[in-house]
Amino acid sequence: MYQFNVYRIGPEIKIGEIDLSFTNASLFMVISTLSILLIFNLGSKKNSLIPNKIQLLAELSYSFVSKMISDTAGTKAKPYFSFIFSLFMFVLFCNMLGMIPYSFTVTSHIIVTFVLAAFIFIGVTIIGFIKYGFSYLKLFVPSGVPMVLLPLIVVIEIISYLSRPISLSVRLFANMMAGHTMMKVFGGFVVSLGIVGGWLPLGFSVALTGLEILVAFLQAYVFAILTCIYLNDALNLHH
Amino acid sequence: MIKKVTLSILYLQIFTSKSIGAESGGMPQLDPEYWISQIFWLVITFGLLFVILSKLILPGISKNLENRKSQIVENIETADKQRSESDKLNKEYEKVILESRIKAKNILKEAKKRLIEDIDKKRDILENEIDKELKSAEKEIKSLIDKSPAKINQIAIETSSDLLKQLIGAEVNKSNISAIVEDLSRKRNGQIS
Repeated sequence: MYQFNVYRIGPEIKIGEIDLSFTNASLFMVISTLSILLIFNLGSKKNSLIPNKIQLLAELSYSFVSKMISDTAGTKAKPYFSFIFSLFMFVLFCNMLGMIPYSFTVTSHIIVTFVLAAFIFIGVTIIGFIKYGFSYLKLFVPSGVPMVLLPLIVVIEIISYLSRPISLSVRLFANMMAGHTMMKVFGGFVVSLGIVGGWLPLGFSVALTGLEILVAFLQAYVFAILTCIYLNDALNLHH
Repeated sequence: MIKKVTLSILYLQIFTSKSIGAESGGMPQLDPEYWISQIFWLVITFGLLFVILSKLILPGISKNLENRKSQIVENIETADKQRSESDKLNKEYEKVILESRIKAKNILKEAKKRLIEDIDKKRDILENEIDKELKSAEKEIKSLIDKSPAKINQIAIETSSDLLKQLIGAEVNKSNISAIVEDLSRKRNGQIS
């Protein structure tokens, strides 16, 4: 599990008792951020009627996320476009950078995904209460349920609502970690079986790399789209 | 299926990593040593990313997209306008052609009419002249005809008196002869008419 280790790079930064040192995780967060900013800055700088490749990439990503938001959360979610776009790109780049050998996968750490998910959860809840006041609690009371079942349903709804940040964060974290662990295991088999029997796990490793790239994209997409769905609940209260 | 296999391998790895792992104990993810640092740097990097994207970069992309859209719409509008204009011009052209054709026909008709009128007029004049000539000729003939019985009578009287003088050597009274001649000519005229 060496690939998931976090270690300090450079000097120790401490504020009081709290350790804020720059680690390899921080390094890959910075790399992700900078590469996103670089690509999208290049993609938005020139304004040609017929876009060049990098501009096309930026514009396609823009319309992709924009379409995703309007499909799942409607037009009311437009003010949150920047946040969801940043979120999607950040998770996507962290996942993808993790696919480079010897790099570090930021999103394979539960604390990172949990902070993101918790932030989304708290933000969405606040938005819901601001928009609907206490009637936002109607979210837990689905219409058309018999009175006998209502207490049970409400409890289940509340639990499912509260478990959202956990499911959201664990889904991303577990997917990223499982994939990398699998790769590591098969890589270990290649080494231990040597030149005679190592070809099969090597083939598996190659296939897994392809699968993992797909998973890296898919999990970023799922993370973003679930955020949109939660936002939709807060913006368009159906009950 | 793949997920199940993956997860089972993961658990295997997690639970056996202590015995296999020469590296470290358990999952590094659950070691809280650098949690605060990760949260701190996550907030900084993601916050920076969000601020720069939302303030600087995304508006630019959105503007580009909108510009392109409006440009395309504008171009389509211009094309439509030009097409309708060309249609209008085409219609006008056809109208002009039609009008000029009608005009040409009219001119032709008028020319024909005028020609016919001219011919008629000239013919009328000619006919008038011919009529006049005919009339004068008839008049002449008539006057000639009118004059001729008197002359013939006179000639007849003179000739008959001369003849009588030569034949019988006697002078016959001219008035007698003329009475006879006139009687004769009247008879002949009566026969003619």
